[in-house]
Amino acid sequence: MNRNQTMILGVAIVILAAAGGLYVLQSRASSGKTSLVVSTTTSLYDTGVLDVVEEAFEEESDVDLYFISVGTGLAITHAQRGDADMILVHAPSKERAFMEDGHGVCRKIIAYNFFSIVGPGEDPAGIEGMSPVEALQTLVQLGREGSAVWVSRGDDSGTHTKEKGLWAEAGFDVNELVEEGWYREAGAGMGKTLQIADEFGAYTLTDMGTYLKYYKDGLIGLEVQVGAGEELINVYSAIAVSEVSNPDANFEGAIEFIEFLVSEEGQSIFAGYGVDTYGTALFNPAVSLLSDGGDPTTASWIEAAAYFDGSECPADYRAGQTKLYR
Amino acid sequence: MASEILEGLLKALTLIARGDPTLTEITLRSLAVSGLATVFACLWSIPLGVVIGLGRFRGRRVLRGAFNTLLGLPTVTLGLVLYLAFSRSGPLGSLRLLYSPAAIVVGQAVLITPIIISFVSSTLEAVDPDVRELALTLGASESQARLTVLGESLGGVALAITASFNRAIAELGVALMLGGNIRGVTRVLTTSIALETGRGELSLSIALAFVLLVIVAAVNASVNLVRRRI
Repeated sequence: MNRNQTMILGVAIVILAAAGGLYVLQSRASSGKTSLVVSTTTSLYDTGVLDVVEEAFEEESDVDLYFISVGTGLAITHAQRGDADMILVHAPSKERAFMEDGHGVCRKIIAYNFFSIVGPGEDPAGIEGMSPVEALQTLVQLGREGSAVWVSRGDDSGTHTKEKGLWAEAGFDVNELVEEGWYREAGAGMGKTLQIADEFGAYTLTDMGTYLKYYKDGLIGLEVQVGAGEELINVYSAIAVSEVSNPDANFEGAIEFIEFLVSEEGQSIFAGYGVDTYGTALFNPAVSLLSDGGDPTTASWIEAAAYFDGSECPADYRAGQTKLYR
Repeated sequence: MASEILEGLLKALTLIARGDPTLTEITLRSLAVSGLATVFACLWSIPLGVVIGLGRFRGRRVLRGAFNTLLGLPTVTLGLVLYLAFSRSGPLGSLRLLYSPAAIVVGQAVLITPIIISFVSSTLEAVDPDVRELALTLGASESQARLTVLGESLGGVALAITASFNRAIAELGVALMLGGNIRGVTRVLTTSIALETGRGELSLSIALAFVLLVIVAAVNASVNLVRRRI
Protein backbone atom coordinates (compact mmCIF):
# COMPACT_ATOMS: atom_id res chain seq x y z
CA MET A 1 0.00 0.00 0.00
CA ASN A 2 1.44 3.38 -0.88
CA ARG A 3 1.20 6.47 1.24
CA ASN A 4 -1.91 7.83 -0.49
CA GLN A 5 -3.87 4.63 -0.02
CA THR A 6 -2.90 4.51 3.65
CA MET A 7 -4.10 8.06 4.08
CA ILE A 8 -7.43 7.38 2.37
CA LEU A 9 -7.93 4.27 4.50
CA GLY A 10 -7.12 6.23 7.64
CA VAL A 11 -9.58 8.99 6.78
CA ALA A 12 -12.28 6.42 5.97
CA ILE A 13 -11.78 4.73 9.35
CA VAL A 14 -12.00 8.05 11.17
CA ILE A 15 -15.21 8.95 9.31
CA LEU A 16 -16.79 5.58 10.08
CA ALA A 17 -15.82 5.85 13.75
CA ALA A 18 -17.24 9.37 13.93
CA ALA A 19 -20.50 8.36 12.27
CA GLY A 20 -20.79 5.43 14.69
CA GLY A 21 -20.07 7.72 17.64
CA LEU A 22 -22.71 10.17 16.51
CA TYR A 23 -25.23 7.36 16.15
CA VAL A 24 -24.54 6.08 19.67
CA LEU A 25 -24.69 9.59 21.13
CA GLN A 26 -27.95 10.32 19.38
CA SER A 27 -29.64 7.02 20.24
CA ARG A 28 -28.68 7.31 23.91
CA ALA A 29 -30.60 10.58 23.85
CA SER A 30 -33.86 8.86 22.97
CA SER A 31 -34.37 6.13 25.55
CA GLY A 32 -37.43 4.68 23.83
CA LYS A 33 -39.74 6.78 25.96
CA THR A 34 -41.64 9.63 24.34
CA SER A 35 -40.07 12.96 25.13
CA LEU A 36 -41.88 16.02 26.39
CA VAL A 37 -40.08 19.32 25.85
CA VAL A 38 -41.02 21.74 28.62
CA SER A 39 -39.82 25.32 28.23
CA THR A 40 -39.74 26.68 31.74
CA THR A 41 -39.09 29.93 33.52
CA THR A 42 -35.66 30.04 35.15
CA SER A 43 -37.02 30.62 38.66
CA LEU A 44 -38.61 27.16 38.68
CA TYR A 45 -35.67 25.33 37.12
CA ASP A 46 -32.69 27.11 38.65
CA THR A 47 -34.02 26.70 42.20
CA GLY A 48 -33.93 22.94 41.64
CA VAL A 49 -37.58 22.17 42.36
CA LEU A 50 -38.14 20.75 38.88
CA ASP A 51 -35.33 18.24 39.39
CA VAL A 52 -37.40 16.73 42.20
CA VAL A 53 -40.57 16.91 40.10
CA GLU A 54 -38.79 15.23 37.19
CA GLU A 55 -37.56 12.35 39.31
CA ALA A 56 -40.99 11.67 40.83
CA PHE A 57 -42.84 11.97 37.51
CA GLU A 58 -40.47 9.83 35.45
CA GLU A 59 -40.65 7.08 38.03
CA GLU A 60 -44.27 6.39 37.21
CA SER A 61 -44.56 7.61 33.63
CA ASP A 62 -43.35 6.62 30.17
CA VAL A 63 -42.82 10.26 29.33
CA ASP A 64 -39.27 11.59 29.41
CA LEU A 65 -39.12 15.23 30.53
CA TYR A 66 -36.78 17.61 28.66
CA PHE A 67 -36.61 20.88 30.56
CA ILE A 68 -35.30 23.95 28.75
CA SER A 69 -34.67 26.70 31.29
CA VAL A 70 -35.22 30.16 29.79
CA GLY A 71 -37.07 33.36 30.68
CA THR A 72 -40.85 33.43 30.33
CA GLY A 73 -40.57 35.53 27.14
CA LEU A 74 -38.34 33.03 25.36
CA ALA A 75 -40.31 30.06 26.73
CA ILE A 76 -43.42 31.40 24.99
CA THR A 77 -41.46 32.06 21.78
CA HIS A 78 -40.22 28.44 21.83
CA ALA A 79 -43.77 27.17 22.15
CA GLN A 80 -45.04 29.45 19.38
CA ARG A 81 -42.35 28.19 17.02
CA GLY A 82 -43.24 24.58 17.74
CA ASP A 83 -40.08 23.84 19.72
CA ALA A 84 -41.77 23.04 23.03
CA ASP A 85 -44.74 20.85 23.96
CA MET A 86 -45.69 22.87 27.01
CA ILE A 87 -44.56 25.81 29.10
CA LEU A 88 -44.24 26.65 32.80
CA VAL A 89 -44.40 30.42 33.15
CA HIS A 90 -45.38 33.30 35.41
CA ALA A 91 -46.64 36.26 33.40
CA PRO A 92 -50.46 36.17 33.20
CA SER A 93 -50.74 38.95 30.59
CA LYS A 94 -48.40 37.11 28.24
CA GLU A 95 -50.07 33.78 28.97
CA ARG A 96 -53.41 35.24 27.98
CA ALA A 97 -52.02 36.54 24.67
CA PHE A 98 -50.39 33.14 24.05
CA MET A 99 -53.75 31.41 24.53
CA GLU A 100 -55.77 33.94 22.55
CA ASP A 101 -53.36 33.54 19.62
CA GLY A 102 -54.44 29.90 19.54
CA HIS A 103 -51.14 28.41 20.73
CA GLY A 104 -51.91 27.57 24.36
CA VAL A 105 -54.64 25.42 25.92
CA CYS A 106 -55.41 23.65 29.20
CA ARG A 107 -53.86 26.23 31.50
CA LYS A 108 -53.57 25.22 35.15
CA ILE A 109 -52.30 27.36 37.98
CA ILE A 110 -49.80 25.17 39.80
CA ALA A 111 -48.06 27.26 42.45
CA TYR A 112 -47.51 30.75 43.77
CA ASN A 113 -45.20 32.76 45.92
CA PHE A 114 -44.48 36.45 46.27
CA PHE A 115 -42.22 38.89 44.55
CA SER A 116 -40.31 41.19 46.86
CA ILE A 117 -38.63 44.52 46.56
CA VAL A 118 -35.19 43.98 48.09
CA GLY A 119 -32.51 46.52 48.90
CA PRO A 120 -29.53 47.27 51.15
CA GLY A 121 -30.00 46.23 54.80
CA GLU A 122 -29.79 49.83 56.09
CA ASP A 123 -32.57 50.81 53.62
CA PRO A 124 -31.27 54.28 52.65
CA ALA A 125 -34.53 55.07 50.82
CA GLY A 126 -36.61 54.17 53.88
CA ILE A 127 -39.17 52.15 51.92
CA GLU A 128 -39.50 49.30 54.42
CA GLY A 129 -43.11 48.34 55.00
CA MET A 130 -44.51 50.66 52.32
CA SER A 131 -46.91 49.42 49.68
CA PRO A 132 -45.14 48.52 46.41
CA VAL A 133 -46.55 51.58 44.62
CA GLU A 134 -45.49 53.97 47.41
CA ALA A 135 -42.08 52.34 47.53
CA LEU A 136 -41.52 52.75 43.79
CA GLN A 137 -42.67 56.37 43.87
CA THR A 138 -40.24 57.06 46.72
CA LEU A 139 -37.44 55.33 44.81
CA VAL A 140 -38.06 57.47 41.71
CA GLN A 141 -37.87 60.62 43.78
CA LEU A 142 -34.71 59.60 45.62
CA GLY A 143 -33.21 58.17 42.44
CA ARG A 144 -33.62 61.49 40.67
CA GLU A 145 -31.96 63.18 43.65
CA GLY A 146 -29.10 60.75 43.29
CA SER A 147 -29.56 58.85 46.55
CA ALA A 148 -31.09 55.54 45.33
CA VAL A 149 -30.37 53.12 42.50
CA TRP A 150 -32.75 50.59 40.91
CA VAL A 151 -31.61 47.54 38.96
CA SER A 152 -34.07 46.00 36.50
CA ARG A 153 -33.91 42.53 34.94
CA GLY A 154 -34.53 44.10 31.55
CA ASP A 155 -34.83 40.68 29.88
CA ASP A 156 -38.56 40.35 29.19
CA SER A 157 -38.85 37.59 31.78
CA GLY A 158 -41.89 37.06 33.98
CA THR A 159 -40.30 39.09 36.78
CA HIS A 160 -39.48 41.91 34.34
CA THR A 161 -43.07 41.86 33.09
CA LYS A 162 -44.27 42.18 36.68
CA GLU A 163 -41.84 45.04 37.29
CA LYS A 164 -43.10 46.96 34.26
CA GLY A 165 -46.66 46.47 35.48
CA LEU A 166 -45.78 47.85 38.93
CA TRP A 167 -44.10 50.94 37.43
CA ALA A 168 -47.22 51.56 35.35
CA GLU A 169 -49.35 51.28 38.50
CA ALA A 170 -47.07 53.78 40.21
CA GLY A 171 -47.62 56.17 37.31
CA PHE A 172 -44.33 55.85 35.44
CA ASP A 173 -43.37 54.72 31.97
CA VAL A 174 -40.46 52.28 32.04
CA ASN A 175 -39.34 53.39 28.58
CA GLU A 176 -38.70 56.84 30.06
CA LEU A 177 -37.17 55.56 33.31
CA VAL A 178 -34.48 53.59 31.46
CA GLU A 179 -33.12 56.91 30.18
CA GLU A 180 -32.40 58.02 33.75
CA GLY A 181 -29.04 57.23 35.32
CA TRP A 182 -30.34 55.71 38.56
CA TYR A 183 -32.43 53.11 36.68
CA ARG A 184 -30.07 50.41 35.42
CA GLU A 185 -31.00 47.52 33.19
CA ALA A 186 -29.05 44.35 33.95
CA GLY A 187 -30.31 42.34 30.97
CA ALA A 188 -29.54 39.21 32.99
CA GLY A 189 -31.14 36.37 34.92
CA MET A 190 -32.42 36.81 38.48
CA GLY A 191 -29.30 35.59 40.27
CA LYS A 192 -27.00 37.86 38.27
CA THR A 193 -29.38 40.81 38.73
CA LEU A 194 -29.40 40.29 42.51
CA GLN A 195 -25.61 40.25 42.55
CA ILE A 196 -25.47 43.45 40.49
CA ALA A 197 -27.97 45.16 42.81
CA ASP A 198 -25.94 43.99 45.80
CA GLU A 199 -22.76 45.41 44.27
CA PHE A 200 -24.39 48.84 43.66
CA GLY A 201 -26.25 48.91 46.99
CA ALA A 202 -29.36 49.14 44.81
CA TYR A 203 -33.00 48.06 45.01
CA THR A 204 -34.57 45.46 42.73
CA LEU A 205 -37.66 43.29 42.29
CA THR A 206 -37.04 39.57 42.81
CA ASP A 207 -38.90 36.30 43.02
CA MET A 208 -38.58 34.84 46.52
CA GLY A 209 -37.19 31.47 45.39
CA THR A 210 -34.04 32.84 43.79
CA TYR A 211 -33.64 35.49 46.50
CA LEU A 212 -33.75 33.01 49.39
CA LYS A 213 -31.26 30.71 47.68
CA TYR A 214 -28.75 33.53 47.11
CA TYR A 215 -29.35 35.07 50.53
CA LYS A 216 -28.92 31.84 52.50
CA ASP A 217 -25.76 30.97 50.58
CA GLY A 218 -24.29 34.33 51.54
CA LEU A 219 -23.97 35.50 47.95
CA ILE A 220 -25.89 38.73 48.57
CA GLY A 221 -26.65 40.93 51.57
CA LEU A 222 -29.84 42.52 50.26
CA GLU A 223 -32.84 42.45 52.63
CA VAL A 224 -36.54 42.22 51.85
CA GLN A 225 -38.02 45.73 52.17
CA VAL A 226 -41.45 45.22 50.64
CA GLY A 227 -42.76 41.67 50.78
CA ALA A 228 -45.88 39.53 50.67
CA GLY A 229 -49.06 41.34 49.69
CA GLU A 230 -51.72 41.41 47.04
CA GLU A 231 -49.79 43.49 44.51
CA LEU A 232 -46.73 41.27 44.69
CA ILE A 233 -48.28 37.86 44.20
CA ASN A 234 -46.39 35.65 41.74
CA VAL A 235 -48.47 32.96 40.07
CA TYR A 236 -46.95 30.03 38.15
CA SER A 237 -48.99 28.24 35.51
CA ALA A 238 -48.61 25.28 33.18
CA ILE A 239 -49.96 25.62 29.63
CA ALA A 240 -50.01 22.90 26.97
CA VAL A 241 -49.32 23.68 23.32
CA SER A 242 -52.51 23.26 21.29
CA GLU A 243 -52.71 20.28 18.95
CA VAL A 244 -54.53 22.52 16.51
CA SER A 245 -51.69 25.04 16.25
CA ASN A 246 -48.96 22.38 16.27
CA PRO A 247 -50.14 18.86 15.30
CA ASP A 248 -46.66 17.49 16.11
CA ALA A 249 -46.74 18.62 19.74
CA ASN A 250 -46.81 15.89 22.37
CA PHE A 251 -50.20 16.97 23.67
CA GLU A 252 -50.99 13.73 25.49
CA GLY A 253 -47.69 13.90 27.34
CA ALA A 254 -48.31 17.51 28.25
CA ILE A 255 -51.72 16.70 29.72
CA GLU A 256 -50.25 13.77 31.64
CA PHE A 257 -47.57 16.04 33.12
CA ILE A 258 -50.06 18.80 33.96
CA GLU A 259 -52.24 16.20 35.73
CA PHE A 260 -49.19 15.18 37.74
CA LEU A 261 -48.34 18.77 38.65
CA VAL A 262 -51.82 19.42 40.03
CA SER A 263 -52.10 15.99 41.71
CA GLU A 264 -51.59 15.65 45.45
CA GLU A 265 -48.16 14.16 44.88
CA GLY A 266 -47.06 16.97 42.56
CA GLN A 267 -48.42 19.68 44.83
CA SER A 268 -46.73 18.20 47.90
CA ILE A 269 -43.35 18.51 46.14
CA PHE A 270 -43.90 22.28 45.86
CA ALA A 271 -45.06 22.45 49.49
CA GLY A 272 -41.97 20.65 50.75
CA TYR A 273 -39.22 21.97 48.51
CA GLY A 274 -36.70 24.13 50.33
CA VAL A 275 -38.14 23.69 53.83
CA ASP A 276 -35.07 21.81 55.07
CA THR A 277 -32.57 24.16 53.46
CA TYR A 278 -34.21 27.56 53.75
CA GLY A 279 -36.61 27.08 56.62
CA THR A 280 -39.52 27.93 54.34
CA ALA A 281 -40.98 26.55 51.12
CA LEU A 282 -39.81 28.39 48.00
CA PHE A 283 -43.16 27.83 46.26
CA ASN A 284 -46.64 27.31 47.68
CA PRO A 285 -49.04 24.80 46.13
CA ALA A 286 -52.03 26.58 44.60
CA VAL A 287 -54.48 23.85 43.65
CA SER A 288 -56.18 23.05 46.96
CA LEU A 289 -56.11 26.72 47.91
CA LEU A 290 -58.16 27.61 44.84
CA SER A 291 -60.60 24.72 45.17
CA ASP A 292 -61.44 24.43 48.87
CA GLY A 293 -61.01 28.06 49.85
CA GLY A 294 -58.88 27.37 52.95
CA ASP A 295 -57.31 30.81 52.62
CA PRO A 296 -59.87 33.04 50.88
CA THR A 297 -57.65 36.14 51.03
CA THR A 298 -54.71 34.63 49.15
CA ALA A 299 -57.10 32.82 46.81
CA SER A 300 -58.76 36.11 45.92
CA TRP A 301 -55.33 37.67 45.25
CA ILE A 302 -54.47 34.84 42.85
CA GLU A 303 -57.83 35.20 41.14
CA ALA A 304 -57.37 38.94 40.74
CA ALA A 305 -53.84 38.57 39.38
CA ALA A 306 -54.03 35.49 37.21
CA TYR A 307 -57.63 34.55 36.34
CA PHE A 308 -58.95 35.21 32.86
CA ASP A 309 -62.69 36.04 32.77
CA GLY A 310 -63.19 34.49 36.20
CA SER A 311 -61.38 31.21 35.49
CA GLU A 312 -57.84 29.87 35.40
CA CYS A 313 -58.70 28.60 31.92
CA PRO A 314 -61.89 29.80 30.20
CA ALA A 315 -64.02 26.95 28.79
CA ASP A 316 -63.05 27.72 25.18
CA TYR A 317 -59.43 26.90 25.92
CA ARG A 318 -59.88 23.57 27.66
CA ALA A 319 -59.50 21.44 24.51
CA GLY A 320 -61.96 18.89 25.87
CA GLN A 321 -59.81 18.10 28.93
CA THR A 322 -62.67 18.61 31.40
CA LYS A 323 -61.06 16.23 33.92
CA LEU A 324 -58.53 18.96 34.68
CA TYR A 325 -61.26 21.39 35.73
CA ARG A 326 -63.54 19.52 38.14
CA MET B 1 -12.43 35.45 45.78
CA ALA B 2 -9.38 33.28 46.38
CA SER B 3 -11.24 31.17 48.92
CA GLU B 4 -14.03 30.42 46.45
CA ILE B 5 -11.57 29.34 43.78
CA LEU B 6 -9.73 27.12 46.25
CA GLU B 7 -13.04 25.67 47.37
CA GLY B 8 -13.90 25.04 43.71
CA LEU B 9 -10.59 23.29 43.11
CA LEU B 10 -11.07 21.10 46.16
CA LYS B 11 -14.59 20.28 45.02
CA ALA B 12 -13.29 19.41 41.55
CA LEU B 13 -10.71 17.06 43.04
CA THR B 14 -13.25 15.35 45.31
CA LEU B 15 -15.72 14.93 42.46
CA ILE B 16 -13.02 13.46 40.23
CA ALA B 17 -11.66 11.21 42.97
CA ARG B 18 -15.15 9.92 43.75
CA GLY B 19 -15.78 9.30 40.05
CA ASP B 20 -18.99 11.31 40.34
CA PRO B 21 -21.39 9.76 37.77
CA THR B 22 -22.96 13.05 36.67
CA LEU B 23 -19.59 14.71 36.20
CA THR B 24 -18.29 11.71 34.26
CA GLU B 25 -21.34 11.66 32.03
CA ILE B 26 -21.20 15.39 31.28
CA THR B 27 -17.46 15.29 30.65
CA LEU B 28 -17.72 12.31 28.29
CA ARG B 29 -20.58 13.97 26.44
CA SER B 30 -18.54 17.17 26.04
CA LEU B 31 -15.59 15.18 24.70
CA ALA B 32 -17.75 13.16 22.31
CA VAL B 33 -19.75 16.11 20.98
CA SER B 34 -16.80 18.42 20.43
CA GLY B 35 -14.55 15.60 19.20
CA LEU B 36 -17.14 14.62 16.59
CA ALA B 37 -17.65 18.25 15.61
CA THR B 38 -13.88 18.56 15.05
CA VAL B 39 -13.71 15.38 12.94
CA PHE B 40 -16.62 16.44 10.72
CA ALA B 41 -15.36 20.00 10.37
CA CYS B 42 -11.93 18.68 9.29
CA LEU B 43 -13.55 16.67 6.49
CA TRP B 44 -14.48 19.76 4.53
CA SER B 45 -12.28 22.41 6.13
CA ILE B 46 -8.84 20.88 5.50
CA PRO B 47 -9.45 20.35 1.74
CA LEU B 48 -10.93 23.87 1.52
CA GLY B 49 -7.94 25.25 3.42
CA VAL B 50 -5.59 23.51 0.99
CA VAL B 51 -7.46 24.89 -2.03
CA ILE B 52 -7.43 28.41 -0.60
CA GLY B 53 -3.84 28.18 0.63
CA LEU B 54 -2.29 26.76 -2.54
CA GLY B 55 -4.82 27.52 -5.25
CA ARG B 56 -4.38 30.25 -7.80
CA PHE B 57 -7.83 31.50 -8.69
CA ARG B 58 -9.81 34.73 -8.76
CA GLY B 59 -11.53 35.64 -5.54
CA ARG B 60 -9.10 33.66 -3.40
CA ARG B 61 -8.26 36.69 -1.27
CA VAL B 62 -11.91 37.60 -0.84
CA LEU B 63 -12.66 34.04 0.25
CA ARG B 64 -9.81 34.09 2.76
CA GLY B 65 -10.98 37.44 4.05
CA ALA B 66 -14.50 36.09 4.46
CA PHE B 67 -13.33 33.12 6.52
CA ASN B 68 -11.08 35.35 8.61
CA THR B 69 -14.08 37.57 9.33
CA LEU B 70 -16.18 34.58 10.36
CA LEU B 71 -13.57 33.86 13.04
CA GLY B 72 -15.13 36.76 14.92
CA LEU B 73 -18.71 35.48 14.78
CA PRO B 74 -20.16 35.43 18.32
CA THR B 75 -21.25 31.93 19.29
CA VAL B 76 -24.62 33.20 20.53
CA THR B 77 -25.34 34.65 17.08
CA LEU B 78 -24.38 31.42 15.35
CA GLY B 79 -26.48 29.54 17.89
CA LEU B 80 -29.45 31.79 17.20
CA VAL B 81 -29.15 31.50 13.40
CA LEU B 82 -28.91 27.71 13.63
CA TYR B 83 -31.76 27.60 16.16
CA LEU B 84 -33.95 29.42 13.63
CA ALA B 85 -32.87 26.92 10.96
CA PHE B 86 -33.45 23.81 13.11
CA SER B 87 -36.60 25.11 14.83
CA ARG B 88 -39.77 23.23 13.90
CA SER B 89 -40.97 26.25 11.96
CA GLY B 90 -37.55 26.72 10.33
CA PRO B 91 -36.28 25.34 7.01
CA LEU B 92 -34.53 22.32 8.59
CA GLY B 93 -37.19 21.69 11.24
CA SER B 94 -38.28 18.39 9.72
CA LEU B 95 -34.88 16.88 10.56
CA ARG B 96 -35.93 17.00 14.23
CA LEU B 97 -32.39 17.76 15.30
CA LEU B 98 -33.10 20.59 17.75
CA TYR B 99 -32.32 19.79 21.40
CA SER B 100 -30.29 16.72 20.48
CA PRO B 101 -26.53 16.11 20.73
CA ALA B 102 -26.33 15.96 16.92
CA ALA B 103 -27.53 19.56 16.73
CA ILE B 104 -24.62 20.69 18.92
CA VAL B 105 -22.21 18.64 16.80
CA VAL B 106 -23.44 20.38 13.64
CA GLY B 107 -23.36 23.80 15.29
CA GLN B 108 -19.84 23.42 16.66
CA ALA B 109 -18.61 22.00 13.35
CA VAL B 110 -19.89 25.12 11.59
CA LEU B 111 -18.36 27.30 14.31
CA ILE B 112 -14.85 25.90 13.90
CA THR B 113 -14.86 25.60 10.10
CA PRO B 114 -13.38 29.10 9.58
CA ILE B 115 -10.71 28.41 12.23
CA ILE B 116 -9.43 25.32 10.44
CA ILE B 117 -9.61 26.93 7.01
CA SER B 118 -7.73 30.04 8.12
CA PHE B 119 -5.05 28.14 10.03
CA VAL B 120 -4.50 25.56 7.29
CA SER B 121 -4.40 28.07 4.44
CA SER B 122 -1.95 30.35 6.21
CA THR B 123 0.31 27.53 7.30
CA LEU B 124 0.43 26.26 3.69
CA GLU B 125 1.18 29.72 2.36
CA ALA B 126 4.09 29.91 4.75
CA VAL B 127 5.74 26.78 3.32
CA ASP B 128 8.70 27.66 1.12
CA PRO B 129 7.41 27.77 -2.52
CA ASP B 130 10.57 25.92 -3.54
CA VAL B 131 9.19 22.73 -1.97
CA ARG B 132 6.32 22.68 -4.40
CA GLU B 133 8.52 23.63 -7.36
CA LEU B 134 10.93 20.88 -6.45
CA ALA B 135 8.18 18.28 -6.24
CA LEU B 136 6.88 19.36 -9.64
CA THR B 137 10.39 19.24 -11.14
CA LEU B 138 10.84 15.74 -9.80
CA GLY B 139 7.82 14.65 -11.80
CA ALA B 140 5.02 14.96 -9.25
CA SER B 141 1.54 15.75 -10.50
CA GLU B 142 -0.20 18.91 -9.24
CA SER B 143 -2.14 17.03 -6.54
CA GLN B 144 0.96 15.08 -5.46
CA ALA B 145 2.83 18.39 -5.14
CA ARG B 146 0.03 19.73 -2.95
CA LEU B 147 0.20 16.65 -0.73
CA THR B 148 3.95 17.18 -0.39
CA VAL B 149 3.40 20.76 0.74
CA LEU B 150 0.70 19.56 3.14
CA GLY B 151 3.17 16.98 4.49
CA GLU B 152 5.66 19.75 5.15
CA SER B 153 3.13 21.66 7.23
CA LEU B 154 1.59 18.89 9.32
CA GLY B 155 2.55 20.79 12.47
CA GLY B 156 0.38 23.73 11.44
CA VAL B 157 -2.50 21.42 10.56
CA ALA B 158 -2.24 19.74 13.97
CA LEU B 159 -2.34 23.17 15.58
CA ALA B 160 -5.45 24.04 13.55
CA ILE B 161 -7.19 20.87 14.73
CA THR B 162 -6.25 21.41 18.39
CA ALA B 163 -7.28 25.05 18.37
CA SER B 164 -10.63 24.21 16.81
CA PHE B 165 -11.32 21.37 19.25
CA ASN B 166 -10.51 23.69 22.15
CA ARG B 167 -12.81 26.34 20.72
CA ALA B 168 -15.61 23.77 20.31
CA ILE B 169 -15.38 22.29 23.80
CA ALA B 170 -15.13 25.70 25.46
CA GLU B 171 -17.98 27.44 23.63
CA LEU B 172 -21.34 28.03 25.28
CA GLY B 173 -23.69 29.83 22.88
CA VAL B 174 -24.20 27.06 20.34
CA ALA B 175 -24.51 24.30 22.95
CA LEU B 176 -27.08 26.30 24.91
CA MET B 177 -29.22 27.44 21.98
CA LEU B 178 -29.19 24.17 20.01
CA GLY B 179 -28.92 21.68 22.84
CA GLY B 180 -31.07 23.39 25.45
CA ASN B 181 -28.93 22.08 28.34
CA ILE B 182 -31.28 19.13 28.92
CA ARG B 183 -30.16 16.96 31.82
CA GLY B 184 -28.85 13.61 30.63
CA VAL B 185 -29.24 14.48 26.95
CA THR B 186 -27.50 17.66 25.88
CA ARG B 187 -25.91 18.92 29.08
CA VAL B 188 -22.20 19.54 28.46
CA LEU B 189 -19.47 21.15 30.58
CA THR B 190 -20.02 24.74 29.48
CA THR B 191 -23.82 24.65 29.79
CA SER B 192 -23.50 23.11 33.26
CA ILE B 193 -21.12 25.89 34.24
CA ALA B 194 -23.67 28.49 33.11
CA LEU B 195 -26.51 26.68 34.91
CA GLU B 196 -24.64 26.23 38.18
CA THR B 197 -23.52 29.87 38.12
CA GLY B 198 -27.16 30.91 37.66
CA ARG B 199 -28.09 28.64 40.56
CA GLY B 200 -25.49 30.28 42.77
CA GLU B 201 -23.50 27.04 43.08
CA LEU B 202 -20.26 28.90 42.49
CA SER B 203 -17.80 26.30 43.75
CA LEU B 204 -19.40 23.64 41.56
CA SER B 205 -19.08 26.03 38.59
CA ILE B 206 -15.40 26.49 39.26
CA ALA B 207 -14.96 22.74 39.68
CA LEU B 208 -16.50 22.14 36.26
CA ALA B 209 -14.35 24.85 34.69
CA PHE B 210 -11.31 23.19 36.22
CA VAL B 211 -12.23 19.89 34.56
CA LEU B 212 -12.63 21.72 31.24
CA LEU B 213 -9.19 23.29 31.57
CA VAL B 214 -7.61 19.95 32.43
CA ILE B 215 -9.08 18.45 29.24
CA VAL B 216 -7.83 21.31 27.09
CA ALA B 217 -4.38 21.13 28.68
CA ALA B 218 -4.23 17.36 28.15
CA VAL B 219 -5.21 17.69 24.50
CA ASN B 220 -2.61 20.39 23.93
CA ALA B 221 0.11 18.38 25.63
CA SER B 222 -0.59 15.21 23.66
CA VAL B 223 -0.73 17.08 20.35
CA ASN B 224 2.59 18.72 21.17
CA LEU B 225 4.09 15.29 21.82
CA VAL B 226 2.84 14.01 18.47
CA ARG B 227 4.03 17.12 16.67
CA ARG B 228 7.56 16.62 17.91
CA ARG B 229 7.59 13.14 16.39
CA ILE B 230 6.66 14.37 12.88
